[in-house]
Amino acid sequence: MSNDVLILGGGVGGTIVANLVAKEVGDHARITVVDTTGVHVYQPGFLYVAVGQDDPEALKRDERSLLRREVKLVVDRATFVNTTTQKVVLTSGRAMRYDELLLATGSRTVLDEVPGGAGAHEFYTLEGAVRLHRALQEFQGGTIVIGVAGIPYKCPPAPVEFAFLLDDYLRARHIREDAQIKLLSPLNRAFTIEATSKVVQPILAERGIELTGFFNVESVDPFARTVASLEGETVEYDLLVLVPPHRGQKVIEDSALGDERGWVPVDKNTLKHTRFANIWAIGDATNIPISKSGSVAHYEASVAAAEIAATVKGEPEPSHLYDGKVTCFLETGQGQATTIQFDYDHPPVSPSPARRWHWAKALFNRAYWHTVPQGRL
Amino acid sequence: MGTIQIDRTIDARGMACPGPLMNLIGAIRQGQVGQVFEVLSSDEGSRTDIPAWVAKAKHELVEVRQDDGYAHFIVRKAR
Repeated sequence: MSNDVLILGGGVGGTIVANLVAKEVGDHARITVVDTTGVHVYQPGFLYVAVGQDDPEALKRDERSLLRREVKLVVDRATFVNTTTQKVVLTSGRAMRYDELLLATGSRTVLDEVPGGAGAHEFYTLEGAVRLHRALQEFQGGTIVIGVAGIPYKCPPAPVEFAFLLDDYLRARHIREDAQIKLLSPLNRAFTIEATSKVVQPILAERGIELTGFFNVESVDPFARTVASLEGETVEYDLLVLVPPHRGQKVIEDSALGDERGWVPVDKNTLKHTRFANIWAIGDATNIPISKSGSVAHYEASVAAAEIAATVKGEPEPSHLYDGKVTCFLETGQGQATTIQFDYDHPPVSPSPARRWHWAKALFNRAYWHTVPQGRL
Repeated sequence: MGTIQIDRTIDARGMACPGPLMNLIGAIRQGQVGQVFEVLSSDEGSRTDIPAWVAKAKHELVEVRQDDGYAHFIVRKAR
């Protein structure tokens, strides 16, 4: 057989699917991953880089080293998907044919969509996290404002976690009393999930982190050092950290495979494109109203892999569907963390923060490289 | 209330809180002043979240109507 399985994106989702399909189908298919850089980056580490707790270089691995031998890696950028000819055009001019296509292209951040916001700090790219760390090292006092400039964004707990880790960082430098931390939340609570907000809000108050609700960042005045909300309020800052607006990748938008923000419409259980029977999407790339996080991509990957493998082998579609499962850790500072778990049918629950969750997160961050991309966990 | 011209309907039925409100905020962010948005939500939390946000953001809550297992929230972008 000469099936071509093409996977766009060598992040967590694309890598797991490539390895699982390769293992399942043997020589029934040629499996190729197209990745823009060929470097696999562990994005949950950005938060720690920003506060000086992690080394940026430790978050990178050669994507080739994470893929099974029989999976081919092409380092190039996909620019257009032609669903009629079933070919994907790459920047180099090369065109790659597919029988089954997985869009694991993730999301991109577009800080310049925020008027005046281009110079704000962020920790959603490795470069941004490094730059923010440098700015924090130079920070001697004043108001640090953390705001959200668009929903959906990756890793919903991140702004709250950053507030807590920033509090720790400033205390360790003995300048906490010279600093104010203001957390601007898009909702009238600290976090999208109510159950988690109830756990987190008293700790924010205890640490002296000021919470402002219903503040959806609309624009920044970098000269006056103010940030304005969609709701009509303005807050002053000395150092501004924004969660940038996110959208799907350009190849999705240019190929008309997504909605107006470039998110790929898929069935929330089968992860199959709503218009194409041989295209799947997982992770940040989809329009599923669920967290954009590595955890989701990780759980979705086994579902998409089983479906793609069954299609390759001409077997009936597997009954294993994605049930909306999400598992996240949320650092609450001072060496503690809580977790958030839910799926489509079970509302989120969060236990009281404890040291063991912080250590579990730290352990997972290290064990990731040897377990997750290979589909072992 | 058949006289209200709806410019865009956001069907957020089946979406958990705060999805429906977040979709409304996204639509209002991109919309024009005067446009009318309808959100369909089956989430109980929307009953408090959506009116609270609309009041805070000084838009106009034109109507809230209960239907079979979900509610319609009709909002006009006022500024």
